[in-house]
Amino acid sequence: MSDHNALLTVEKISKRFSLGPLRQLVLDQCSFALEEGRLTVLIGPSGCGKSTLVNILAGYENVDSGEVRVLGAPVRGPGADRLVVFQESALFQWMTTYENIVYGPTVMRKRSKAEIHADAMRLLEKVGLTEFKDKYPNQLSGGMQRRAELARAMITNPKIMMLDEPFRGLDAMTRDLMQEYFLRLYEERKQTVLFVTSEIDEAIFLADRVLIMSNRPGHIKHVMEIDLSRPRTAEILTSTEYLKYKEESLEVLHAEAVKAFSTGSKAAADFLAGYAAQEKNLHTPR
Amino acid sequence: MTDFKTTKLQKTVLNLTLLRGVISIGALLLFWEIGSRLHFAFFASVPAPTEVIASLNKMISDGKFWKDWVASYWRVMQGFVAAQVIGIPLGLAMAMNKNFYNFMFSPLEVLRPIPPLAWVPTAIIFWPTTELSIAFVIFLGAFFTVVLNVLGGARNIDERMLRAAASFGSRKSDIFWKIVLPATLPSIFTGMAVGMGITWEVVVAAEMIAGKSGLGYFTWASYVGGNYPQIIVGMISIGVAGYLSSGLIRFIGKRATPWQRQF
Repeated sequence: MSDHNALLTVEKISKRFSLGPLRQLVLDQCSFALEEGRLTVLIGPSGCGKSTLVNILAGYENVDSGEVRVLGAPVRGPGADRLVVFQESALFQWMTTYENIVYGPTVMRKRSKAEIHADAMRLLEKVGLTEFKDKYPNQLSGGMQRRAELARAMITNPKIMMLDEPFRGLDAMTRDLMQEYFLRLYEERKQTVLFVTSEIDEAIFLADRVLIMSNRPGHIKHVMEIDLSRPRTAEILTSTEYLKYKEESLEVLHAEAVKAFSTGSKAAADFLAGYAAQEKNLHTPR
Repeated sequence: MTDFKTTKLQKTVLNLTLLRGVISIGALLLFWEIGSRLHFAFFASVPAPTEVIASLNKMISDGKFWKDWVASYWRVMQGFVAAQVIGIPLGLAMAMNKNFYNFMFSPLEVLRPIPPLAWVPTAIIFWPTTELSIAFVIFLGAFFTVVLNVLGGARNIDERMLRAAASFGSRKSDIFWKIVLPATLPSIFTGMAVGMGITWEVVVAAEMIAGKSGLGYFTWASYVGGNYPQIIVGMISIGVAGYLSSGLIRFIGKRATPWQRQF
């Protein structure tokens, strides 16, 4: 479909959760591909099954039907080729920042100690944590913890890196900063990334490609190729192309929210309120 | 890093706390002294603090008194160390392996509520020497606490951390040595500190029942011999010995788990 190789393919996966007599279809015939070396952002209304999808891709959860393949081979559980960075910090509390970062390559036993050390020091500098390398996670701020976690994931050079709303819960300013740190890391390494978010601005700012998910039961509703040049800076947020992408995605998300609203979802009501505000913003110059 | 104001504030608070402590202990001692001199109802035959201090003074230069300290400490260490050496690996193994857990949990839960002292008669019958029976009872006192603390700690490791470790392709040995063991360390030390307290309770009681030496025996012998100030000396000695032992565990624990400090 494009000149990019599909590294990971998701083929018509469905997932159902049952809680006693209650059965809830979370993912319904969901299909898409992650292209090699590209940053794909998955966006969708809250509760649409984004996190479930990430857990399935990571191999933590099974599917009821369909298949996930990495380079043609079906996924059968967690593996070092697919690394996940979660919403909340999963840094090892008993290791310093440095020890956390070298953990992955150390247990993989593929590179020498000296190589790992050099790479770790470089990444520490890239994420601005050189001075904090001997601190423990509970001595770091929320933003620092997120950066340490990004470095810890990046150093292992996974085939696919998945980030599940990694900057959620950070204040707006830290979040902007984190996005720039993240882009710098990505633009240097060009790893294959799946970035999950519920923020439209974040999605377009980061992505090569945006996948928009439907309401529950989730599937991919719309795909947008983002043709903005790299390296990107905050300035593109005011460009006309950017606004065009934003309008396009808002329209799809709005249609989804209306659908959910008519079925009485609280999240959808929140989204509609937010949408009205966003629309107003969009048409007033910054 | 702390600025002047906080330091000053901390100092004031600390001083106040200290002052209150000193006043309350002083008041208690004074009340006790007066009570026993005037033969108040409860204090009729309780020796006054001054008599206790005089007795303590005499004991300090008595070699036999220190031998009792050593005897109790030796027993505590034997039982305590045995409880750690067997209890910590057992707890960790139960946490790592579900089948082993199912196999061990019920018998442990049945044996656990039996107070260590209820084991004394069986222990005396079972073990060839009194010394070994006492060590065994002490071991039991610490053992269950240690196992349950280690088990609880290891089973409560944050699922996200285990997932993160798994996603790096960690081997089972990496998971154990680099994740489970350090994550459980704080619980291991909690178990040790609590276990140490129980150990001292048990050693004293066991020495009173079956001992020929030790601080518990010293206290009981003082009662039998009618030397009342010496009973109090024995009690205070037990308190101090227990405090020192737990203090040592806390000291080591703090240094072994530096990530728990908040600065």
